[in-house]
Amino acid sequence: MTGLFELLGLGASAELLSLSGWGGNLLRGLANSLQIAFGAFGLGLVIGLFGAYGKLYGGKVTRDLLAIYTTVIRAVPELVLILILYYVGSDIINKISEGLGGGRVEINGVAAGIWVLGVVQGAYATEVLRGAIKAVPVGQIEAAKSYGMPAFMIMRRVTIPAMMSFAVPGLANLWLIATKDTALLAVVGFNELTLETRQAASSTRAYFTFFLAAGFLYLMVTLCSGAVFARIEKWARRGQPSLKGGTR
Amino acid sequence: MDSASAAASALETDTRREAIRVEDLHKSFGNLEVLKGVDLTAQQGDVVAIIGGSGSGKSTMLRCINFLETPSSGKIVIGGEEVAMRGDGSPANQKQIERIRTKLAMVFQQFNLWTHRTLIENVIEVPVHVLKVPKAQAIERARELLDRVGLGGKEDTYPAYLSGGQQQRAAIARALAVDPSAMLFDEPTSALDPELVGEVLTVIRDLAAEGRTMLLVTHEMKFAREVANHVVYLYQGRIEEQGPPAEVFGNPQSERLKQFLSSVA
Repeated sequence: MTGLFELLGLGASAELLSLSGWGGNLLRGLANSLQIAFGAFGLGLVIGLFGAYGKLYGGKVTRDLLAIYTTVIRAVPELVLILILYYVGSDIINKISEGLGGGRVEINGVAAGIWVLGVVQGAYATEVLRGAIKAVPVGQIEAAKSYGMPAFMIMRRVTIPAMMSFAVPGLANLWLIATKDTALLAVVGFNELTLETRQAASSTRAYFTFFLAAGFLYLMVTLCSGAVFARIEKWARRGQPSLKGGTR
Repeated sequence: MDSASAAASALETDTRREAIRVEDLHKSFGNLEVLKGVDLTAQQGDVVAIIGGSGSGKSTMLRCINFLETPSSGKIVIGGEEVAMRGDGSPANQKQIERIRTKLAMVFQQFNLWTHRTLIENVIEVPVHVLKVPKAQAIERARELLDRVGLGGKEDTYPAYLSGGQQQRAAIARALAVDPSAMLFDEPTSALDPELVGEVLTVIRDLAAEGRTMLLVTHEMKFAREVANHVVYLYQGRIEEQGPPAEVFGNPQSERLKQFLSSVA
């Protein structure tokens, strides 16, 4: 095995990427990235669900506030938003801490990353879910109402399951964006995959090796996500005949 | 029938109570007044057919009874209990209207089965989650009901794989599963292909024969004449004429009803 690597001139790369060396750092960076992407996507879903319901059924003030939220977040470049939200967020926390007589607080990188990306994801998720809820045939909800279901049960038992098939493709997009947006957190010094890669590359001067390896890891995440979302979509579309025809 | 049960059924007839009462019901959509003061009473066991041209307000009236549409004004009394209404006609007490709705099972023109649930899941949904019937018991009852409407063996099929007639029969099974005190049929055969109408009417006819209270908005005049014991003709938001089917269909009084009957015949 080693002989083969030597033959191809890859021996050095293999050694650099070994798990005990920089390779381990890359994987730790990937784990951090995924952790943030999961958290941000989840937070985004929660914000998005409330946002979508607020936009569809809320009062005028709620709808206006949500319109400002989704417009501003989607208008400003994400890199700028990350810088704003990160520094504003840590500043506010420190002000509060000092106001309460405590010292400066060390901001947890993972929590900060989840908060920052989650707020961004929430704006997009609001629109994805709003569209999906509107696509649910009104008769489905009327039937639930006419049988005495309370509003929250209608949401849980009818609206959300029925909208899933419309929402999943958009949400899959959001998830993939979340995994890649974690790279932007490198600007605030968070040790996710991209920053780890840059550090490894600049320490060893093996730029090509490390960035190729990082690209490969991102690709693997995308491929696995694709498989997972294909299953989720199949489940969400249960009961709907395939567009290609054929049997259930 | 032995004498005891004959006496019991006679007693039942004597103490028949009203199932649904509608008083001076008005409904406007913006400037358009669709219902201009409708009064209607259905006793338990009554089959009331509501007929009328398109835009006469018959579906709107039915949908006001369970507050799928908010009446503009009027009074709705279900099983002796008046639905509390706010000034704008919306239900004042959400809990009350939800409770009353569970007694009124609606069958829709477009079936409105929940497409992400199989037939049996559709039928047990309300019993299990709203009425809190134990699941095993609900499933057993749902199987009986699906059998009864001729859908035995289709329990695990999703609605999209069934014909309109089958879907509507499943929707009727869903309605029966809540053990309703009255059933509201909103043009149950209007979305069906002609050859599928019969199978749905057969099921409804059986339900009428077993003494179920129902309000039936329909375009099937022959069927209305056959199953209903009271027919209401709506014209432009008012009851133009009503009475036993033999009278309404056999000897219509108003010019409009005569015209309507000859146009649909």
